[in-house]
Amino acid sequence: MSDSEQRFELTVENLCVRAGGKLLVENASFSLRSGEFTALLGPNGAGKTSLLRGILGLADNASGNVRLQGQALAELDPMQRARKLSYLPQRRPLAWPSPVRDVVSLGRYAWGCAPGRLDDRDARAVRSALASCDLLELAGRRADTLSGGELARMHCARAFATEAPLLFADEPVASLDPRHKFRIMELIRDHVLSGAGALVVLHDVSLAARFADRLIWMKDGRVVADGTRAATLDASRLGEIYGVRGRVEGDRVDLEGPL
Amino acid sequence: MTVRALLIPALALASLLAIFGALLLGSTPMELPRVLAALAGMADAADRTVVWQIRLPRALAAFVVGLALGGSGAALQGLLRNPLAEPGVLGVSASAALGATFTLYYGLVALSAWLVPLAAVAGALLATMLIAAAAIRTSSIVTLILIGVGLSSFAGAAMSLLMNLAPNPFSLADMINWMLGSVANRSFPDIAFSAPFIAVGLFILYAVRKGLTALTLGDEAAAGVGLDLRRQRLLVVAGTGLATGGAVALAGTIGFVGIVTPHIVRPLVNYDPARSLIPSALLAGLILVLADIGVRLLPTDIELKLGVVAALFGAPAFVWIAMQRRTISADQN
Repeated sequence: MSDSEQRFELTVENLCVRAGGKLLVENASFSLRSGEFTALLGPNGAGKTSLLRGILGLADNASGNVRLQGQALAELDPMQRARKLSYLPQRRPLAWPSPVRDVVSLGRYAWGCAPGRLDDRDARAVRSALASCDLLELAGRRADTLSGGELARMHCARAFATEAPLLFADEPVASLDPRHKFRIMELIRDHVLSGAGALVVLHDVSLAARFADRLIWMKDGRVVADGTRAATLDASRLGEIYGVRGRVEGDRVDLEGPL
Repeated sequence: MTVRALLIPALALASLLAIFGALLLGSTPMELPRVLAALAGMADAADRTVVWQIRLPRALAAFVVGLALGGSGAALQGLLRNPLAEPGVLGVSASAALGATFTLYYGLVALSAWLVPLAAVAGALLATMLIAAAAIRTSSIVTLILIGVGLSSFAGAAMSLLMNLAPNPFSLADMINWMLGSVANRSFPDIAFSAPFIAVGLFILYAVRKGLTALTLGDEAAAGVGLDLRRQRLLVVAGTGLATGGAVALAGTIGFVGIVTPHIVRPLVNYDPARSLIPSALLAGLILVLADIGVRLLPTDIELKLGVVAALFGAPAFVWIAMQRRTISADQN
């Protein structure tokens, strides 16, 4: 993020997402700022992914207001939106064994760039994203030769290369080993420290407690709590959200079993 | 890098040479000076007829059909993110052929020779419109493929029915011609009718090629990086429908070149669907020109159909590609 960009704010008001007559997200309201690492927590089916898709304008049936710096998101075309909000979906299928550099270059798609034809600014963004995710040596490798951890870093780099002020990541550490979980979380934290904001869906409460500045808790399509770790994370919250017994001490979370 | 830079010029040059070779070769070989003289309009009338009325339009028809099918195949593979996709998978070729056979069965050809190609284009566009309507309603690419399977089955059944009911052996022979695919006896007016559809179709596909690259990431992430998914699908389907309809109008259904050529080209362009578009089209054109030369040179009593030769080589290649297929991510959709 260039430091010339002023603080960036996205506000969500009464966002509802429906599918097949079912309300997946009900009246979600909050705001996200650059420079803030926010974790989105909740059990399976709580509506976390739908909330992300609703904010991004990708959900087919969504209502409510999403504003970027006061401007309605719906007024932006997909490319303009993508320059402001980068998105790392939960499912990350790759159709072809493209080289890592080309996949990361797709993060510049919203800037009108195609792999193999990057202008200076695109090339710089791609290079810095590759560098920050420790991928420079792998840049020429085919994606199908990467390990799971390397793939996860590649997708992160793709999302970072957009240089959007806000990042939305849906379970970026699912199915990674503990070391890579930390690695990816550190990458996202560094991205936030460099000025971006991030809303990250997580299932690992201790990771969220350790890395996030702010926790948004969802259950049954509703945001039930939103605030700092100290304000929102305690044993009763774990019971309320996940139905589990647990102990919370500072940023340490021990889950002991189902309630 | 150098391979990629030279790919398109090399294929274009090879295509030109192949088309020129098609003028030299045939049941009666013609030497270079006679061909050159005929091309310049200076040889005797018989030579000029052979070159201008028979061999050149035939070679150009094969090339143009190849361009359309190769380009459509590359675009559909990018859109469907599947190396087995081609106009046939979406039922576009079959629907176009059904349109053509329909006019043959009802003898509408007698009204105007243009009705057959028009009906083929109409059939292709009808199929693409059906798929386009579905593409607006659904984000699932699997659904589109299934609709294509249904369309192909229906068109195949309807064509069989028409063949059973064919009133005379002539129309039956014509229909077989259409179903097997051939560029024999094509004239410049035939090409002139199909070329605009093919040109517009390929132009549309070229214009939306970057979106095909974005789709490498899957629908969700492609939408995330700023691709308008519905628009992309609609335009690829429209471009494919126009190009394929034009190709079927000119040569009937010729399968598998649209699958095989992008498969050959892809490793040479870093597996980028956008950059595979033009080379795939050129390579398919080249292959069909060469295959048609082969068909003409083979000493068979009845000339083999181009589509049959294409399938003889293409179908095993298709099976091979299908068996090689693996996914990069466990949760491929």
